[in-house]
Amino acid sequence: MDTVLAITYKGGVVLAADQSNARSIISYQSNLDKIKELTSHSAMGVAGPNCDLVRFTEYIAKNLALYQLNHDGTQLSTKAQANFCRSELADALRKGPYQVNLLLGGFDEKAGPSLYFMDYLAALEKVNFGSHGYASSFCLSIMDKEYREDLSEEDALKIIDYCIHEIHTRFLISQPNFMVKVIDKDGVRVSKFGGDPADT
Amino acid sequence: MSYDRAITVFSPDGHLFQVEYAMEAVRRGSTAVGIKGKDCVVLAVERRALAKLQEARTIRKIVSVDERSVLAFAGLTADARVLIQKIRVEAQSYRLTMEDSPSIDYLARYLARTQQQYTQRGGVRPFGIASLFCGVSSDDGAPELYQTDPAGTHSRWKAQVIGGRNAKSLREFLEKQYQDGMEETACVRLAIQALLEVVDSGAKTMEVCVVRRGGKKETMEEDAIETIVKEIEAEQEEKRAPAAAASGGDSEYV
Repeated sequence: MDTVLAITYKGGVVLAADQSNARSIISYQSNLDKIKELTSHSAMGVAGPNCDLVRFTEYIAKNLALYQLNHDGTQLSTKAQANFCRSELADALRKGPYQVNLLLGGFDEKAGPSLYFMDYLAALEKVNFGSHGYASSFCLSIMDKEYREDLSEEDALKIIDYCIHEIHTRFLISQPNFMVKVIDKDGVRVSKFGGDPADT
Repeated sequence: MSYDRAITVFSPDGHLFQVEYAMEAVRRGSTAVGIKGKDCVVLAVERRALAKLQEARTIRKIVSVDERSVLAFAGLTADARVLIQKIRVEAQSYRLTMEDSPSIDYLARYLARTQQQYTQRGGVRPFGIASLFCGVSSDDGAPELYQTDPAGTHSRWKAQVIGGRNAKSLREFLEKQYQDGMEETACVRLAIQALLEVVDSGAKTMEVCVVRRGGKKETMEEDAIETIVKEIEAEQEEKRAPAAAASGGDSEYV
Protein backbone atom coordinates (compact mmCIF):
# COMPACT_ATOMS: atom_id res chain seq x y z
CA MET A 1 0.00 0.00 0.00
CA ASP A 2 2.91 2.32 0.76
CA THR A 3 4.10 4.70 -1.88
CA VAL A 4 7.77 5.61 -2.07
CA LEU A 5 9.19 7.76 -4.85
CA ALA A 6 12.65 9.10 -5.57
CA ILE A 7 14.45 11.02 -8.27
CA THR A 8 18.00 12.30 -8.62
CA TYR A 9 18.86 15.72 -9.96
CA LYS A 10 22.05 17.63 -10.61
CA GLY A 11 23.23 18.23 -7.07
CA GLY A 12 20.98 15.99 -5.01
CA VAL A 13 18.21 13.47 -4.56
CA VAL A 14 14.53 13.98 -3.78
CA LEU A 15 12.73 11.29 -1.75
CA ALA A 16 8.98 11.22 -1.25
CA ALA A 17 6.68 8.85 0.59
CA ASP A 18 3.04 8.76 1.63
CA GLN A 19 2.28 9.25 5.31
CA SER A 20 -0.54 6.83 5.96
CA ASN A 21 -0.34 4.02 8.50
CA ALA A 22 -3.34 1.73 8.09
CA ARG A 23 -4.45 -1.87 8.38
CA SER A 24 -7.67 -3.49 7.13
CA ILE A 25 -10.36 -0.82 7.44
CA ILE A 26 -8.62 1.23 10.12
CA SER A 27 -6.32 4.21 9.66
CA TYR A 28 -3.85 4.43 12.57
CA GLN A 29 -2.22 7.67 11.56
CA SER A 30 -1.77 9.98 8.60
CA ASN A 31 1.47 11.72 9.57
CA LEU A 32 3.96 8.86 9.58
CA ASP A 33 7.46 9.71 8.37
CA LYS A 34 8.61 6.81 6.19
CA ILE A 35 11.82 8.46 5.06
CA LYS A 36 14.40 7.57 7.69
CA GLU A 37 17.67 9.48 7.92
CA LEU A 38 20.69 7.20 8.12
CA THR A 39 23.67 9.55 8.20
CA SER A 40 24.02 13.28 7.80
CA HIS A 41 23.90 12.92 4.00
CA SER A 42 21.76 9.86 3.34
CA ALA A 43 18.20 8.71 3.88
CA MET A 44 16.02 5.75 3.05
CA GLY A 45 12.39 5.75 1.89
CA VAL A 46 10.79 2.53 3.14
CA ALA A 47 7.67 0.64 2.06
CA GLY A 48 6.50 -2.18 4.29
CA PRO A 49 5.13 -3.04 7.75
CA ASN A 50 5.90 -0.43 10.37
CA CYS A 51 7.77 -2.88 12.63
CA ASP A 52 10.27 -3.86 9.94
CA LEU A 53 10.59 -0.25 8.84
CA VAL A 54 11.63 0.84 12.33
CA ARG A 55 13.78 -2.17 13.22
CA PHE A 56 15.66 -2.29 9.94
CA THR A 57 16.35 1.44 9.55
CA GLU A 58 17.44 1.93 13.18
CA TYR A 59 19.73 -1.11 12.99
CA ILE A 60 21.36 0.18 9.81
CA ALA A 61 21.65 3.72 11.15
CA LYS A 62 23.34 2.62 14.39
CA ASN A 63 25.79 0.42 12.51
CA LEU A 64 26.66 3.33 10.23
CA ALA A 65 27.24 5.48 13.32
CA LEU A 66 29.52 2.77 14.75
CA TYR A 67 31.49 2.72 11.49
CA GLN A 68 31.98 6.46 11.72
CA LEU A 69 33.23 6.22 15.32
CA ASN A 70 35.62 3.44 14.42
CA HIS A 71 37.03 5.32 11.46
CA ASP A 72 37.80 8.70 12.94
CA GLY A 73 34.71 10.39 11.54
CA THR A 74 34.83 9.18 7.92
CA GLN A 75 31.41 8.26 6.59
CA LEU A 76 30.63 5.32 4.36
CA SER A 77 29.83 6.28 0.77
CA THR A 78 26.21 5.96 -0.35
CA LYS A 79 27.24 3.00 -2.51
CA ALA A 80 28.79 1.26 0.49
CA GLN A 81 25.77 2.00 2.65
CA ALA A 82 23.46 0.53 0.02
CA ASN A 83 25.59 -2.59 -0.29
CA PHE A 84 25.64 -2.97 3.49
CA CYS A 85 21.82 -2.75 3.57
CA ARG A 86 21.59 -5.30 0.80
CA SER A 87 23.84 -7.74 2.59
CA GLU A 88 21.81 -7.40 5.81
CA LEU A 89 18.61 -8.05 3.82
CA ALA A 90 20.23 -11.06 2.16
CA ASP A 91 21.45 -12.52 5.47
CA ALA A 92 18.02 -12.19 7.03
CA LEU A 93 16.20 -13.47 3.95
CA ARG A 94 16.46 -17.16 4.73
CA LYS A 95 16.20 -16.70 8.49
CA GLY A 96 13.67 -14.00 9.31
CA PRO A 97 13.25 -11.64 6.37
CA TYR A 98 12.69 -7.91 6.65
CA GLN A 99 9.67 -7.19 4.47
CA VAL A 100 10.92 -3.78 3.39
CA ASN A 101 11.29 -2.22 -0.05
CA LEU A 102 13.78 0.61 -0.05
CA LEU A 103 14.92 3.61 -1.99
CA LEU A 104 18.24 4.77 -0.50
CA GLY A 105 19.44 8.19 -1.59
CA GLY A 106 22.60 9.98 -0.58
CA PHE A 107 25.08 12.69 -1.44
CA ASP A 108 28.85 12.13 -1.47
CA GLU A 109 31.42 14.87 -1.86
CA LYS A 110 33.20 13.16 -4.73
CA ALA A 111 30.52 11.00 -6.33
CA GLY A 112 27.70 13.51 -5.97
CA PRO A 113 24.11 12.35 -5.63
CA SER A 114 23.13 8.70 -6.02
CA LEU A 115 19.99 6.59 -5.60
CA TYR A 116 19.74 2.88 -4.95
CA PHE A 117 16.68 0.67 -5.42
CA MET A 118 16.36 -2.36 -3.12
CA ASP A 119 13.58 -4.83 -2.56
CA TYR A 120 12.76 -7.29 0.20
CA LEU A 121 14.50 -10.13 -1.66
CA ALA A 122 17.77 -8.16 -1.42
CA ALA A 123 17.96 -7.05 -5.02
CA LEU A 124 20.08 -3.92 -5.47
CA GLU A 125 20.34 -1.56 -8.42
CA LYS A 126 21.63 1.96 -8.89
CA VAL A 127 18.96 4.06 -10.57
CA ASN A 128 18.26 7.64 -11.62
CA PHE A 129 14.71 7.49 -10.32
CA GLY A 130 12.46 4.85 -8.80
CA SER A 131 9.30 3.98 -6.98
CA HIS A 132 7.88 1.22 -4.78
CA GLY A 133 4.36 0.01 -4.26
CA TYR A 134 1.23 0.42 -6.39
CA ALA A 135 2.47 3.90 -7.17
CA SER A 136 4.93 2.38 -9.60
CA SER A 137 2.10 1.63 -12.02
CA PHE A 138 1.19 5.29 -12.08
CA CYS A 139 4.45 7.11 -11.56
CA LEU A 140 7.25 5.22 -13.25
CA SER A 141 6.09 6.27 -16.70
CA ILE A 142 5.82 9.92 -15.62
CA MET A 143 9.38 9.91 -14.28
CA ASP A 144 10.57 8.04 -17.36
CA LYS A 145 9.17 10.76 -19.61
CA GLU A 146 10.27 13.75 -17.56
CA TYR A 147 13.70 12.66 -16.30
CA ARG A 148 16.80 14.29 -17.79
CA GLU A 149 20.45 14.31 -16.74
CA ASP A 150 20.57 18.00 -15.84
CA LEU A 151 17.48 18.53 -13.75
CA SER A 152 17.48 21.29 -11.16
CA GLU A 153 16.08 20.87 -7.65
CA GLU A 154 12.98 22.78 -8.71
CA ASP A 155 12.50 20.47 -11.71
CA ALA A 156 12.88 17.37 -9.59
CA LEU A 157 10.37 18.61 -7.01
CA LYS A 158 7.94 19.42 -9.82
CA ILE A 159 8.20 15.90 -11.21
CA ILE A 160 7.49 14.49 -7.74
CA ASP A 161 4.48 16.80 -7.57
CA TYR A 162 3.22 15.42 -10.92
CA CYS A 163 3.54 11.90 -9.50
CA ILE A 164 1.72 12.79 -6.29
CA HIS A 165 -1.02 14.50 -8.28
CA GLU A 166 -1.42 11.37 -10.43
CA ILE A 167 -1.72 9.22 -7.31
CA HIS A 168 -4.31 11.54 -5.83
CA THR A 169 -6.31 11.45 -9.07
CA ARG A 170 -6.08 7.80 -10.12
CA PHE A 171 -5.07 5.62 -7.17
CA LEU A 172 -8.02 3.94 -5.47
CA ILE A 173 -6.60 4.11 -1.94
CA SER A 174 -6.60 7.53 -0.36
CA GLN A 175 -3.12 8.84 0.43
CA PRO A 176 -3.71 12.51 1.13
CA ASN A 177 -0.41 13.30 2.87
CA PHE A 178 3.08 12.99 1.43
CA MET A 179 6.46 13.64 3.04
CA VAL A 180 9.10 15.06 0.69
CA LYS A 181 12.78 15.26 1.64
CA VAL A 182 15.78 16.60 -0.25
CA ILE A 183 19.39 15.42 0.11
CA ASP A 184 22.15 17.67 -1.21
CA LYS A 185 25.60 18.88 -0.20
CA ASP A 186 24.12 20.44 2.93
CA GLY A 187 22.59 17.21 4.14
CA VAL A 188 19.07 15.90 4.54
CA ARG A 189 16.20 18.35 4.93
CA VAL A 190 12.43 18.27 4.82
CA SER A 191 11.00 19.99 1.76
CA LYS A 192 7.33 19.67 2.67
CA PHE A 193 4.85 17.35 4.30
CA GLY A 194 1.12 16.85 4.46
CA GLY A 195 0.97 15.79 8.10
CA ASP A 196 3.45 16.93 10.75
CA PRO A 197 5.12 13.81 12.21
CA ALA A 198 5.63 15.71 15.46
CA ASP A 199 1.86 15.89 16.05
CA THR A 200 0.96 13.19 18.57
CA MET B 1 54.89 -22.40 44.89
CA SER B 2 53.95 -19.95 42.21
CA TYR B 3 50.48 -18.46 42.56
CA ASP B 4 50.48 -16.46 39.35
CA ARG B 5 49.99 -19.14 36.69
CA ALA B 6 46.21 -19.27 36.50
CA ILE B 7 44.31 -16.06 37.01
CA THR B 8 41.57 -17.69 39.04
CA VAL B 9 43.93 -18.59 41.85
CA PHE B 10 44.43 -16.38 44.89
CA SER B 11 47.79 -16.38 46.61
CA PRO B 12 47.84 -17.33 50.31
CA ASP B 13 48.04 -13.69 51.34
CA GLY B 14 45.09 -12.67 49.16
CA HIS B 15 46.87 -11.31 46.08
CA LEU B 16 45.74 -11.69 42.50
CA PHE B 17 49.17 -11.58 40.95
CA GLN B 18 48.01 -11.43 37.34
CA VAL B 19 46.02 -8.31 38.10
CA GLU B 20 49.02 -6.74 39.80
CA TYR B 21 51.25 -7.64 36.86
CA ALA B 22 48.67 -6.05 34.56
CA MET B 23 48.95 -2.87 36.61
CA GLU B 24 52.69 -3.02 36.03
CA ALA B 25 51.97 -3.10 32.29
CA VAL B 26 49.97 0.07 32.81
CA ARG B 27 52.95 1.69 34.48
CA ARG B 28 55.01 0.93 31.38
CA GLY B 29 52.47 2.76 29.23
CA SER B 30 52.51 6.44 28.38
CA THR B 31 51.06 8.97 30.79
CA ALA B 32 47.54 10.32 30.47
CA VAL B 33 46.14 13.21 32.52
CA GLY B 34 42.44 14.06 32.97
CA ILE B 35 41.19 17.30 34.52
CA LYS B 36 37.54 18.13 35.17
CA GLY B 37 36.51 21.78 35.20
CA LYS B 38 33.28 23.68 35.61
CA ASP B 39 32.10 23.23 32.02
CA CYS B 40 34.62 20.88 30.47
CA VAL B 41 36.89 17.87 30.86
CA VAL B 42 40.40 17.92 29.45
CA LEU B 43 42.44 14.86 28.50
CA ALA B 44 46.15 15.22 27.79
CA VAL B 45 48.19 12.22 26.70
CA GLU B 46 51.91 11.73 26.29
CA ARG B 47 52.90 10.92 22.75
CA ARG B 48 56.07 8.87 22.94
CA ALA B 49 58.74 9.40 20.29
CA LEU B 50 57.95 7.36 17.22
CA ALA B 51 60.26 5.47 14.95
CA LYS B 52 61.40 7.66 12.07
CA LEU B 53 59.61 5.62 9.43
CA GLN B 54 56.31 5.50 11.32
CA GLU B 55 53.41 7.68 10.22
CA ALA B 56 52.54 9.86 13.17
CA ARG B 57 48.99 10.61 12.15
CA THR B 58 47.90 6.98 12.41
CA ILE B 59 48.57 6.93 16.14
CA ARG B 60 45.62 8.48 17.91
CA LYS B 61 45.72 8.15 21.65
CA ILE B 62 42.45 9.87 22.54
CA VAL B 63 39.52 8.11 20.86
CA SER B 64 35.84 8.87 20.50
CA VAL B 65 33.55 6.39 22.16
CA ASP B 66 30.11 7.89 21.72
CA GLU B 67 28.71 11.23 20.59
CA ARG B 68 29.68 13.05 23.79
CA SER B 69 32.50 11.00 25.27
CA VAL B 70 36.16 10.26 24.74
CA LEU B 71 38.65 7.80 26.17
CA ALA B 72 42.39 7.80 26.78
CA PHE B 73 44.26 4.73 27.98
CA ALA B 74 47.62 3.72 29.38
CA GLY B 75 49.12 0.29 28.82
CA LEU B 76 48.95 -2.29 26.04
CA THR B 77 47.71 -0.65 22.84
CA ALA B 78 46.30 -3.86 21.36
CA ASP B 79 44.25 -4.61 24.49
CA ALA B 80 42.94 -1.05 24.37
CA ARG B 81 41.78 -1.50 20.78
CA VAL B 82 39.68 -4.51 21.78
CA LEU B 83 38.15 -2.77 24.81
CA ILE B 84 37.41 0.39 22.85
CA GLN B 85 35.60 -1.63 20.20
CA LYS B 86 33.52 -3.37 22.89
CA ILE B 87 32.50 -0.11 24.50
CA ARG B 88 31.67 1.53 21.15
CA VAL B 89 29.40 -1.36 20.19
CA GLU B 90 27.78 -1.24 23.65
CA ALA B 91 27.06 2.48 23.25
CA GLN B 92 25.35 1.94 19.88
CA SER B 93 23.54 -1.12 21.21
CA TYR B 94 22.20 0.94 24.11
CA ARG B 95 21.05 3.62 21.67
CA LEU B 96 19.30 1.01 19.54
CA THR B 97 17.38 -0.64 22.37
CA MET B 98 16.78 2.32 24.72
CA GLU B 99 16.39 5.02 22.03
CA ASP B 100 18.45 7.24 24.27
CA SER B 101 22.14 7.93 24.70
CA PRO B 102 23.97 6.02 27.45
CA SER B 103 25.20 8.06 30.40
CA ILE B 104 28.93 8.39 31.06
CA ASP B 105 28.41 6.45 34.29
CA TYR B 106 26.76 3.57 32.43
CA LEU B 107 29.60 3.27 29.93
CA ALA B 108 32.27 3.55 32.62
CA ARG B 109 30.52 0.80 34.58
CA TYR B 110 30.34 -1.34 31.45
CA LEU B 111 34.05 -0.82 30.80
CA ALA B 112 34.91 -1.74 34.40
CA ARG B 113 32.57 -4.75 34.38
CA THR B 114 34.23 -6.04 31.20
CA GLN B 115 37.70 -5.63 32.70
CA GLN B 116 36.61 -7.46 35.86
CA GLN B 117 35.12 -10.36 33.89
CA TYR B 118 38.55 -11.04 32.48
CA THR B 119 39.95 -11.45 35.99
CA GLN B 120 37.52 -14.17 36.98
CA ARG B 121 37.53 -16.52 34.03
CA GLY B 122 39.74 -19.47 33.27
CA GLY B 123 42.21 -19.27 30.45
CA VAL B 124 42.17 -15.52 29.92
CA ARG B 125 44.40 -12.79 31.22
CA PRO B 126 43.27 -9.33 32.35
CA PHE B 127 43.38 -6.36 29.99
CA GLY B 128 46.67 -4.58 30.51
CA ILE B 129 45.17 -1.12 30.45
CA ALA B 130 43.85 1.58 32.71
CA SER B 131 41.59 4.16 31.13
CA LEU B 132 40.42 7.71 31.62
CA PHE B 133 36.88 7.91 30.30
CA CYS B 134 35.18 11.28 30.22
CA GLY B 135 32.42 13.31 28.65
CA VAL B 136 28.94 14.65 29.32
CA SER B 137 25.88 12.46 29.79
CA SER B 138 23.46 14.77 28.04
CA ASP B 139 23.41 18.11 26.25
CA ASP B 140 23.00 20.02 29.51
CA GLY B 141 24.82 17.55 31.73
CA ALA B 142 27.85 18.36 33.83
CA PRO B 143 31.25 17.05 32.70
CA GLU B 144 32.37 13.75 34.26
CA LEU B 145 35.71 11.95 34.49
CA TYR B 146 36.06 8.25 35.31
CA GLN B 147 39.05 5.99 35.73
CA THR B 148 39.12 2.21 35.29
CA ASP B 149 41.97 -0.21 35.99
CA PRO B 150 42.89 -3.84 35.19
CA ALA B 151 41.19 -5.05 38.36
CA GLY B 152 37.88 -3.80 37.02
CA THR B 153 37.29 -1.00 39.48
CA HIS B 154 35.91 2.30 38.30
CA SER B 155 35.72 5.56 40.17
CA ARG B 156 34.89 9.16 39.47
CA TRP B 157 37.63 11.76 39.71
CA LYS B 158 38.11 15.51 39.60
CA ALA B 159 41.60 15.04 38.22
CA GLN B 160 43.59 11.87 37.64
CA VAL B 161 46.76 10.49 36.12
CA ILE B 162 47.33 7.03 34.69
CA GLY B 163 50.36 5.35 33.19
CA GLY B 164 54.02 6.20 33.30
CA ARG B 165 56.48 5.74 36.14
CA ASN B 166 55.67 9.06 37.76
CA ALA B 167 51.92 8.74 38.17
CA LYS B 168 52.13 8.99 41.94
CA SER B 169 54.15 12.21 42.00
CA LEU B 170 51.99 13.69 39.24
CA ARG B 171 48.91 12.93 41.31
CA GLU B 172 50.45 14.82 44.23
CA PHE B 173 51.22 17.71 41.86
CA LEU B 174 47.57 17.76 40.77
CA GLU B 175 46.34 17.60 44.35
CA LYS B 176 48.29 20.75 45.10
CA GLN B 177 47.32 22.65 41.96
CA TYR B 178 43.73 21.54 41.35
CA GLN B 179 40.89 23.88 42.13
CA ASP B 180 37.17 23.23 41.89
CA GLY B 181 35.24 24.90 39.07
CA MET B 182 38.14 25.92 36.83
CA GLU B 183 37.46 27.47 33.45
CA GLU B 184 38.54 25.67 30.29
CA THR B 185 41.76 27.63 29.77
CA ALA B 186 42.87 26.90 33.35
CA CYS B 187 42.08 23.19 32.95
CA VAL B 188 44.00 22.93 29.69
CA ARG B 189 46.92 24.76 31.22
CA LEU B 190 47.03 22.52 34.27
CA ALA B 191 46.81 19.39 32.14
CA ILE B 192 49.69 20.49 29.91
CA GLN B 193 51.68 21.64 32.92
CA ALA B 194 51.28 18.24 34.54
CA LEU B 195 52.33 16.45 31.36
CA LEU B 196 55.37 18.70 30.95
CA GLU B 197 56.71 17.23 34.19
CA VAL B 198 57.16 13.89 32.45
CA VAL B 199 57.52 14.57 28.73
CA ASP B 200 60.04 16.45 26.68
CA SER B 201 58.92 19.96 25.97
CA GLY B 202 57.08 20.56 22.75
CA ALA B 203 53.61 20.22 21.28
CA LYS B 204 54.63 17.16 19.27
CA THR B 205 54.94 15.11 22.44
CA MET B 206 51.37 15.51 23.58
CA GLU B 207 47.80 15.11 22.39
CA VAL B 208 45.12 17.21 24.08
CA CYS B 209 41.35 16.89 23.79
CA VAL B 210 38.53 18.90 25.40
CA VAL B 211 34.89 17.82 25.89
CA ARG B 212 32.62 20.71 26.74
CA ARG B 213 29.23 20.95 28.42
CA GLY B 214 26.82 20.55 25.51
CA GLY B 215 28.80 17.65 24.14
CA LYS B 216 31.19 19.40 21.76
CA LYS B 217 34.55 17.64 21.43
CA GLU B 218 37.73 19.33 20.25
CA THR B 219 41.22 18.03 19.69
CA MET B 220 43.65 20.88 20.21
CA GLU B 221 45.82 21.96 17.31
CA GLU B 222 49.57 21.65 17.68
CA ASP B 223 50.03 25.43 17.45
CA ALA B 224 47.61 26.04 20.29
CA ILE B 225 49.42 23.50 22.48
CA GLU B 226 52.78 25.00 21.54
CA THR B 227 51.60 28.46 22.61
CA ILE B 228 50.56 27.22 26.04
CA VAL B 229 53.77 25.20 26.45
CA LYS B 230 55.83 28.32 25.72
CA GLU B 231 53.75 30.34 28.20
CA ILE B 232 54.29 27.77 30.94
CA GLU B 233 58.02 27.56 30.23
CA ALA B 234 58.36 31.34 30.22
CA GLU B 235 56.63 31.44 33.59
CA GLN B 236 58.95 28.80 34.97
CA GLU B 237 61.96 30.71 33.61
CA GLU B 238 60.81 33.82 35.42
CA LYS B 239 60.51 31.90 38.67
CA ARG B 240 63.97 30.55 38.16
CA ALA B 241 65.63 33.82 37.12
CA PRO B 242 65.31 35.73 40.43
CA ALA B 243 66.56 32.63 42.28
CA ALA B 244 69.55 32.46 39.92
CA ALA B 245 70.31 36.13 40.48
CA ALA B 246 70.11 35.68 44.23
CA SER B 247 72.39 32.66 44.39
CA GLY B 248 74.90 34.13 42.00
CA GLY B 249 73.86 32.52 38.74
CA ASP B 250 74.29 28.81 39.41
CA SER B 251 70.95 27.39 40.43
CA GLU B 252 70.16 23.75 41.19
CA TYR B 253 66.48 24.61 41.03
CA VAL B 254 65.34 22.87 37.85
